[in-house]
Amino acid sequence: MSDKEWPLYEVFIRSKAGLSHRHAGSVHAADDQMALDHARDTYTRRSEGVSLWVVRSSEIIASDPKETAAFFEPAEDKIYRHPTFYKIPDGVDNL
Amino acid sequence: MSTDTALLAYVTRLGDNALVLSQRKIETVTLGPELEEELANANFALDYLGQARLLYSLAGEIEGDGRGEDDFAFLRSDHEYQNLLLLEQPNGHFGDTIARDFLFESFYLLQLEALEQCSHTGVAEIAARAVKEVRYHLRHVAQWLIRLGDGTAQSHARMQQSIDDLWRFTGELFAADEIDREFTANYAGPDLVALQDEWQKNVAAVLREATLTMPEDGWMASGGKQGQHSEHFGFLLAEMQHLQRSHPGATW
Repeated sequence: MSDKEWPLYEVFIRSKAGLSHRHAGSVHAADDQMALDHARDTYTRRSEGVSLWVVRSSEIIASDPKETAAFFEPAEDKIYRHPTFYKIPDGVDNL
Repeated sequence: MSTDTALLAYVTRLGDNALVLSQRKIETVTLGPELEEELANANFALDYLGQARLLYSLAGEIEGDGRGEDDFAFLRSDHEYQNLLLLEQPNGHFGDTIARDFLFESFYLLQLEALEQCSHTGVAEIAARAVKEVRYHLRHVAQWLIRLGDGTAQSHARMQQSIDDLWRFTGELFAADEIDREFTANYAGPDLVALQDEWQKNVAAVLREATLTMPEDGWMASGGKQGQHSEHFGFLLAEMQHLQRSHPGATW
């Protein structure tokens, strides 16, 4: 028996039609179909979703934590980009 | 045999199949090769337990003697159980459980699809719910069969051995007796002869994809449906029933 671990897949779930897929967690699986099965069995047992995406974790291109400052901080002092100057009408829960 | 006697026996058999397979699956909990497969297996075991509960409750209603699901599950002895022999065989290794599930669920899915259309409302409703669960199980287990059959030389050899070892229990799936014939005649139930053709076609297609050889039909074991079980069954029942037997009426 091989001691090699199965590759990791990231799982994205669309909780209902119209919403976008959100990252839910990850599963180990030997191949793509198994990853989909495992995602279904691990993350949608309680009717959490209507659609699943899985992608090999190694295929994700992530930003470098060391570059956080260069990447994200320039946006912080540009408050005019935030729509904070509008009044939210009564009765609007989500904007 | 009266219509009601045959109906009661037929529904109890369906419940027995579900409960015995559930119990065998529960025995493998904590033994899965990976956490995710472990969860899948436990879910499947619970699916079967749920089906058994519904079927036993229905059997109790048909019987009308006040027996409930627990009485059917925990207070009957081995010769009163009428499950298929295939399902009571010891789990063996992982490939053996895949072979067993594949051979049975290839049959059970067809049986449920037919029962969904039968004219007994209670049975049809349970079948309609179970068919979705089993369609998924079969998909899962067929993928495993293909993966292992068409995997390494070792996994191929072991998977072929598992299929060969269990093949002798597949004849009983289609061996219709008076209870099957009565139910089918009275409630437009499944025709086991037609099911067998369909089963052979489906099983052959998956085995081919798994690069496995379909065994020749040889001597076939039977008797489970008539309450004659293999030696393993007593141990299964003893473990499953000991709590209710030692502490009658115990509840959580």
